[in-house]
Amino acid sequence: MGKAEPRISVPAPAFRPGDTPGFSRLGLPRPGHHARPDILADAAEIRDLAFGLVGVLDEEANAVGDWAPGLSPEELRAGLKTMVLTREYDNRMLKMQRTKRLSFYMKSLGEEAVAVAATQALDAGDMLFPSYRQQGALIQRGAELVDMMCHCISNSRDNLKGRQLPVHYTRKDLNWFSVSGNLGTQFPQAVGWSMASALKGETAIACSWIGDGTTAEGDFHAAMTLASTYNAPVVLNVVNNQWAISMHNSISGGKAPSFAAKAIGYGIPGIRVDGNDYLAVAAVTRWAAERARGGGGPTLIESYTYRGEAHSTSDDPSKYRPKDEYEAWPLGDPVERLRAHLIKLGEWDGEQHEAWQAECKQAVADAWKEALTYGTLEEGPHAPVPTMFEDVFTAQPWHLRRQRQELGV
Amino acid sequence: MPQMNMMQALTSAMDVKLAEDERVLAFGEDVGYFGGVFGVTRGLQEKYGSSRVFDAPINEGAIIAMAMGMATNGMRPIAEIQFADYIFPGFDQIISELTRIRYRSAGQYTAPVTIRTPCGGGIYGGQTHSMSPEAFFTHIPGLVVAMPSNPYDAKGLLISCIESDDPALFFEPKRLYNGPFDGDPNKPQSSWKDHPKGEVPEGNYTVPLGVADVVREGSDVTVVAYGTMVHVALAAAEAEGVDAEIIDLRTLIPYDIDTVARSVQKTGRCVILHEAPRTSGFGAELAAQIQEDCFYSLEAPIQRVTGWDTPYPHAHEWSYFPGQERVARALKKTVEFA
Ligand SMILES: Cc1ncc(C[n+]2csc(CCOP(=O)(O)OP(=O)(O)O)c2C)c(N)n1
Ligand SMILES: [Mg+2]
Repeated sequence: MGKAEPRISVPAPAFRPGDTPGFSRLGLPRPGHHARPDILADAAEIRDLAFGLVGVLDEEANAVGDWAPGLSPEELRAGLKTMVLTREYDNRMLKMQRTKRLSFYMKSLGEEAVAVAATQALDAGDMLFPSYRQQGALIQRGAELVDMMCHCISNSRDNLKGRQLPVHYTRKDLNWFSVSGNLGTQFPQAVGWSMASALKGETAIACSWIGDGTTAEGDFHAAMTLASTYNAPVVLNVVNNQWAISMHNSISGGKAPSFAAKAIGYGIPGIRVDGNDYLAVAAVTRWAAERARGGGGPTLIESYTYRGEAHSTSDDPSKYRPKDEYEAWPLGDPVERLRAHLIKLGEWDGEQHEAWQAECKQAVADAWKEALTYGTLEEGPHAPVPTMFEDVFTAQPWHLRRQRQELGV
Repeated sequence: MPQMNMMQALTSAMDVKLAEDERVLAFGEDVGYFGGVFGVTRGLQEKYGSSRVFDAPINEGAIIAMAMGMATNGMRPIAEIQFADYIFPGFDQIISELTRIRYRSAGQYTAPVTIRTPCGGGIYGGQTHSMSPEAFFTHIPGLVVAMPSNPYDAKGLLISCIESDDPALFFEPKRLYNGPFDGDPNKPQSSWKDHPKGEVPEGNYTVPLGVADVVREGSDVTVVAYGTMVHVALAAAEAEGVDAEIIDLRTLIPYDIDTVARSVQKTGRCVILHEAPRTSGFGAELAAQIQEDCFYSLEAPIQRVTGWDTPYPHAHEWSYFPGQERVARALKKTVEFA
């Protein structure tokens, strides 16, 4: 051995293009392994949840263990249906982007449960501070596909007046905040929102999502500090889908044993959950929501999942990870797993599933057709050009009025 | 001579410096294995290893602070910020630290960091992938700010920034990566292939900081532009039949007031172009300095053609972008002013 000297290291993922992926090294606990603590449990007593993995659905599609959320068959079917619809919506929008009807798109393949189950576990009045990959939550909240599409193609019916990049939805009427392109900014904002709710004596809490890569931003630390300091009634989610564009989560995570474990230093509960297990995500979110509503303060939830598709329509993932890595992902597909569970319960069957898929395809096709009647990105009509100068201030100051006149509109 | 697009020219600049100077490092989000979301660092990690070219966590403040720390300890880091729109989490490190360390330590510490970042619109990027935030940075004492308009200058200027002992912010107009863009979105994408400024030497050469380039000589009016707007100016002058003298500033700080003033003293008229919003934009600085230096030569008010004072919209980006028509109108108005 040579003499010891300081040296740095740059983490690299286990697999790059050309490698055969395999995830046996993860060594995650089995579904049903963890006990469900009291909702007001002392954060220091439940640290193991940050290093483990809360799971409910086992390999035989049974709901096992303490965390089984006891969702009714109707609730489970609704969840499954929303996930399938989200997937069909994503598929269609990607195709439309490929034919240049959209300037850009981002799918949520494989991560549908993270958004849908969490939202189902919250109240309709709870405020969502999503990233750009929780479209399932927006659909769960009841957004009409045609409205989502009209936003994505910036046509005359786009409620954002053509100002925003596709998938950066804003829906105040659905208690859905405004998706920002700037990573992580929503995390501390969610904390502030939830504090205002508590200050006003209201029961609504806030729930936010950021990606694994985004935990590196200062705003993650800001949110955790605020939430801890003020005991804010907020549910903070890290969607660990393993990748941040081309960067493996080891670049943001470093030597940390989990993203959930980052909560420990702040003295708040950190729970890692199987993000592809609808029941587990619902159960953990419900636990965190009850805790927040009961005065127990914030929870950090890491949803362990896998980004099934490209980051966005701007990158080709086969350039930085094995093409078949998703197939090797050990936690399966959230849709398939919930479907199997419902079938096992005798509450769903293959025929119903196919029928629902067909219905979704049709609904998406119909919505798209309708969306186009309000205009397209390329041809318009868009919101009238003068609206470009509105909403900068409450009232238009002289310089914007002049600029509008200079443009001749 | 090899023909390169702007991305290749930038890669080549870093390649040259990484090869000849061990102190040079390159890092940023997606910069390592993937080679950057625009591919500007493609191939460099493979060539120089992951201890010299590597991915950085998504934290722009961290990236800039790390670069500064390295630079104060003898390195020459090139930090990439994925989009200029995302530089602001690092703003404090730039304005309070990176650019002041020489001054506050009375020269004991210096931080020769180069920050590269793509800027500008015209790619349907919406408000978070389109900004031209240069004016925030030209307002910071101690920061070199550059923005090329073609591959040849891009490589030479980037090498100058890397070799400079001052921190430098290097803006890359992303709409020019693949070819010159004259502001007409309906034309097919052009290429640098047949462009004289697409001829880029393989090795080390520099385009000096602080020296503008007169890209078209003329006598009717001086146009001061940089980045994408240089190409818009050329096309607009051509279309309008105005004998404009078009100056590509290339370096914004320190800018080449001599070349600008000499030209305005000759033409007596001046139009300033930038894609960034108008109010407190870099054009305001230029207009103020030009009227101080050229007051007795001016025969018309100095005009600015710029982006509007709104965030960059998605659907209406071509109503926002200061295109040929608006530039032509300003040229005409200025030339005809009696
Ligand atoms: C402040 C900021 N820096 C950089 C970017 C560019 N960017 C957009 S998405 C992304 C990766 C995010 O990865 P992650 O947080 O894991 O979320 P995921 O996309 O996997 O859902 C990056 C670097 C940005 N949008 N904002
Ligand atoms: Mg991710």
